[in-house]
Amino acid sequence: MKRRLLLFLPLVGFLLLAVFLYLRLSEDPSYRDSALVARNFPEFEASTLEDPDRRVDQSVLTGEVTLVNVWGEWCPACKQEMPQLLDLADRGVRMVGVNYRDTREKGREFLTEFGNPFELNIFDPEGDIGFDLGVYGAPETFLVDADGIIRYHHTGYISPADVSDTIMPEVEKWR
Amino acid sequence: MALNRWLIAILLLLLAGSALGAVEIREFEDPVTKQRYQDLTASMRCPLCENQAINDSDAPISGDMRERVYQLLQDGKSDTEIINHMVQRFGEYILYNPRLENRTYLLWGIPVVLVLLGILLVVWMVRARRNASATSLSTEERARLDELINRERSS
Repeated sequence: MKRRLLLFLPLVGFLLLAVFLYLRLSEDPSYRDSALVARNFPEFEASTLEDPDRRVDQSVLTGEVTLVNVWGEWCPACKQEMPQLLDLADRGVRMVGVNYRDTREKGREFLTEFGNPFELNIFDPEGDIGFDLGVYGAPETFLVDADGIIRYHHTGYISPADVSDTIMPEVEKWR
Repeated sequence: MALNRWLIAILLLLLAGSALGAVEIREFEDPVTKQRYQDLTASMRCPLCENQAINDSDAPISGDMRERVYQLLQDGKSDTEIINHMVQRFGEYILYNPRLENRTYLLWGIPVVLVLLGILLVVWMVRARRNASATSLSTEERARLDELINRERSS
């Protein structure tokens, strides 16, 4: 009898595997752990989109909880999330943009057309800052605390629900 | 015959298209660096695409990563340094071969455990079978066996 039961072992193994694989099916395959959370915002030195003569570095992000949004004129989802970013700015969140792989002209046109929630925009035409941030497609958004440490990373489009459900609570948490 | 030639020509054209693909031409001073470049770009997964190595992907980020690998190789960085450089930015996700650490012990360990279990199972089965065949015949069975053998001989 005992040996008979042993014959069910492969079936049990199969069922366990099936359940495991089934549960994994419902997960979002594009989800990634960010490598940058809890690390300092990478060092950089760049001009701003607004003023080619103004040089800024990572210290512009310290002193206050700041939301850093990586965007480009060429990126459709960036246009769609602009109303949410303007909303966040209205709620008193300090916003800084990284104009990623763009030209000054197109970047400025974009802000004129879709609104400008940003205190300033860091100009990153070659995508070097983006690379150090591990950005693999815009838009991406980083929450940086007052000490310049990245606390939260949002990949892709920010929906109106994301603003109230995840972004604002995170901002409050690190204030 | 003419048709065959056409077919071959079309086939070759198709092949040429795929060979042109994503990857740019790079020059290396020595074959070792070239080999390292190829191995490194084949061992990293494109962060944007679900399952493509960066040497096989048209995504802009893959191009940037190939460029960075190339630059770091030119700077004389070691393979480990280059891999760390990438993981720092894009996370463990990009490694096709996850590193051996706390959270990957299970991943690397399970195949080894399964092979050991398999070996144990085979040993166990062979032993069980050997014991079974080694039990000697009872007198009754012996007598019946002799009878059968004798019948075979006499016929």
